[in-house]
Amino acid sequence: MSDADAPHGATPPAEKTPEHGAPDEGNAPTPDDASAVAEKVDEIPMGGVPEPGPTGEAQRADDSNLLTELPDHAEHRDLHGGHATTTGLSNNKMGMWLFLGSECLLFGGLISTYMLYRGRQADGPGPDQIYDIPFTSVSSFVLLMSSLTMVLAVSSATRNDERNTKLWLTITALLGATFVGGQVYEFTAFYREGMGFTTSLFSSSFFTLTGFHGAHVTIGIIMLMALVGMISRQRVVGDKAEVVELVGLYWHFVDIVWIVIFTLVYLIPA
Amino acid sequence: MAIIERPVPATSVGPALPTVTPSSSLGVFRRPVAATGWRSWVFTVDHKRLGIMYGVAATFFFVVGGIEALLIRLQLAGPDGTVLSADVYNQMFTMHATSMVFLFAMPMAAAFGNYFLPLQVGARDVAFPRINAFGFWSFLFGAMFVNAGWFLGGAADGGWFMYAPNSGVAYSPSHGIDFWAIGLQITGIASLSGAINLIVTVLNMRTRGMSLMRMPVFTWMILVVQFLLLFAIPVITVALFLLTFQRVFGATFFSVEAGADPLLWQHLFWIFGHPEVYILVLPSFGIVSEVLPVFSKKPLFGYPFVVFSGAAIGFVGWGVWAHHMFASGIGPISVAVFSMSTMAIAVPTGIKIVNWTLTMWGGKLRFTTAMLFAMGLVVEFTIGGLSGVTHSVAPSDTQQTDTYYIVAHFHYVLFGGAVLGFFAGFYYWWPKVFGKCLGERLGKWNFWVMIVGLNLTFGPMHIVGLQGQPRRMYVHTESRAGEGFFNITFWNFAASVGAFIIAISVLLFLINIWHTHRTAPPAPLDPWDARTLEWMTTNPPKAHNFDSVPTVHALDEFFHRKYEDVGEGDEHDLRRVATAEELLAEQEANADHHIHLPSPSYWPVVLAFALPIVGFGVIYNHLIAVVGASIVVLAMFGWALEPSVALDTDYDPPAPDDGPGTELATVGGGRP
Repeated sequence: MSDADAPHGATPPAEKTPEHGAPDEGNAPTPDDASAVAEKVDEIPMGGVPEPGPTGEAQRADDSNLLTELPDHAEHRDLHGGHATTTGLSNNKMGMWLFLGSECLLFGGLISTYMLYRGRQADGPGPDQIYDIPFTSVSSFVLLMSSLTMVLAVSSATRNDERNTKLWLTITALLGATFVGGQVYEFTAFYREGMGFTTSLFSSSFFTLTGFHGAHVTIGIIMLMALVGMISRQRVVGDKAEVVELVGLYWHFVDIVWIVIFTLVYLIPA
Repeated sequence: MAIIERPVPATSVGPALPTVTPSSSLGVFRRPVAATGWRSWVFTVDHKRLGIMYGVAATFFFVVGGIEALLIRLQLAGPDGTVLSADVYNQMFTMHATSMVFLFAMPMAAAFGNYFLPLQVGARDVAFPRINAFGFWSFLFGAMFVNAGWFLGGAADGGWFMYAPNSGVAYSPSHGIDFWAIGLQITGIASLSGAINLIVTVLNMRTRGMSLMRMPVFTWMILVVQFLLLFAIPVITVALFLLTFQRVFGATFFSVEAGADPLLWQHLFWIFGHPEVYILVLPSFGIVSEVLPVFSKKPLFGYPFVVFSGAAIGFVGWGVWAHHMFASGIGPISVAVFSMSTMAIAVPTGIKIVNWTLTMWGGKLRFTTAMLFAMGLVVEFTIGGLSGVTHSVAPSDTQQTDTYYIVAHFHYVLFGGAVLGFFAGFYYWWPKVFGKCLGERLGKWNFWVMIVGLNLTFGPMHIVGLQGQPRRMYVHTESRAGEGFFNITFWNFAASVGAFIIAISVLLFLINIWHTHRTAPPAPLDPWDARTLEWMTTNPPKAHNFDSVPTVHALDEFFHRKYEDVGEGDEHDLRRVATAEELLAEQEANADHHIHLPSPSYWPVVLAFALPIVGFGVIYNHLIAVVGASIVVLAMFGWALEPSVALDTDYDPPAPDDGPGTELATVGGGRP
């Protein structure tokens, strides 16, 4: 999960580049207005801009992005192994957000499949006969509470409080395990009542959707427990608080997906 | 050979490094740090090496898919063909499409993207080098897995879009479709990880001054493609999972007799499948947007329009999928909506064509092979685009659906678009990657033979298609071939001849590679008078890409460092102020001393190797899947516990303590 091995040279791109408001980035980069250039040059912060290039440098100083660079950003660039990035968001975090965006479409596809087939139970039991809504509500509540404990874990991690980080991570994992246990119980009960994976289109799509979600929770639990172990043995690679936060992002995502699934699958009457 | 600094003790610059003790993997294996030999390729995390490996693998599958195409054309060359049986013919066209789409075009785009995207944005590597390596290996193992069906009872035979009920066990009892579905899941993991990697690289690792609107168009198009992949791959993943569950575990998601809706697969497939065609063609649009300005000696006409029309294609591409389903009975309102959105998406594509044409207009054209291929794309893709517009008219499409007219259309856009663009890229970037220019003489033969072959193969398909020859028909008979000009036997023969002409041109290309690497002298540093950052380093680039990371002041930064505009008013008069050699020498003189590149690792290849094992287990014996899954878990822990940079103890002989200085050490092999 933590792939903090992006190459970092002495001068990673550090400054936050404002993409908009930078005039004239189009086709004709050669300056067309010498007075405008002169105005902008006045804005160069003290010692901020290293003279980069060869001859003809002054003509190209029409670059407003370069000029907005603050001196302290320039210093940060030289930090050894720092997470200086163009956007300021760390690579790992951006990667996790993108992954979660992709996961939305995965669950979107599965949920669509379920919604298409939810009424097609043929001779098998249908949603109305089989769901135990009070039971699932309780286990959903447990899962949602695990998001709270996850937040507490992240909060402890940012305060560098290792003991509480491990404690809250463990509690989160236990709550998640309770949810998965509830799902195993639910699946077993459904199977006893005559609803197997292949009984009907409804059952297949139900088990596939909730099974996928359960697998995601299980992977999350493994990640949480692995993280506890790695923190205990000081083997987390990279920024510890951020690793906790990344696992947290994944965990919250899985919870949010469950809110959608619970509403659409259990609460809307067939 | 990489000149990188060995890791120095934590007393060095900056805040204290995190306390990480282990270096050897799981406490047993030492890091594979060799800089030469096969290990340096198998365990590499260098984006350039991975790019070359992607390219080699994709070329291999291009040849495989080409041979499959030739067998198809042999079968159809004359009436009552006997080259292939109906069953093998089904496998052949299914695997031809699968090879070309998933195992050639996508990884070839990944090859170009991996190699040039970090160079073009001025980065030293991608954001997640180990994930990059994992992406390549899972692509390769997934591709092998898809093709394993050939040797284990028959390959997939349901057509590349694998509609139900042909994808069911009843109609395809061999394991071919299982291998196909699971193999494409594995290559999907590769695409997804690559997408995340390249998006983060573009957004987060640009060099100083490289704002989004200063990025080369190639980088932009690859960025758009990665977003398309990011959101399209999970949809096909769902579809493939459902298909696997149906075939392996007895679910009935696509069985109409069990009450299922056959449109479910079609929707899931095409919600992926239409963005997919832009995934295939946009990288080539990016390549020609680099090539045309260089050989016209003009900036790209309307850079923002090209960029935003590419992004517009990326958005609108999500709203046109059901035009593949006009004949499926989706209802008049859906048909009307998708018909109009399909016409609309022709607009941004047309904008690009106009911009490319106006880039050449009034330019000082140099007809190098790369330029010829780029111009070929503009012409041939336009032909394919025009027949595409005829599909957007639903009544017309209803007639054309599942005929050779469709085959003609998508080969003009994919061969005339994607493939010609890739060839333009090969000729343009070969000196950058390998330090030698491909032969121009053979190159021009390659181009003209390919253009002749392409039009002779796919042009007649318009005719036979409008005559009603269905695609996937494995024999045609003389008695029903038609009269005179519209005789389909004649045009099928012409198409088969054309296919072999294409094969000859690909052979000329391979000969050109061989010949170039035997005889050609080293290429000059800047053979084309190029415009973008990737040319501001050595040929081939050093392991760390740039000795000092350049600061960008303009679009086409490299060009503006070489030329100064001394024209007055609206006149442009370019005067050369520096050569590439001078710029490189200056960069080398200001070289950075603290360059940390990530070290090679076992875990990406181990993790990727475990995936097909899980696949075999799902098909044959679930115990094997458990073994594969255990390797996955082991590899993930090995990966997570491994620091990104190898420690001193990984090197042999152990490095002497150089202290926290700035001395450069040569990693691996020989010490200086």
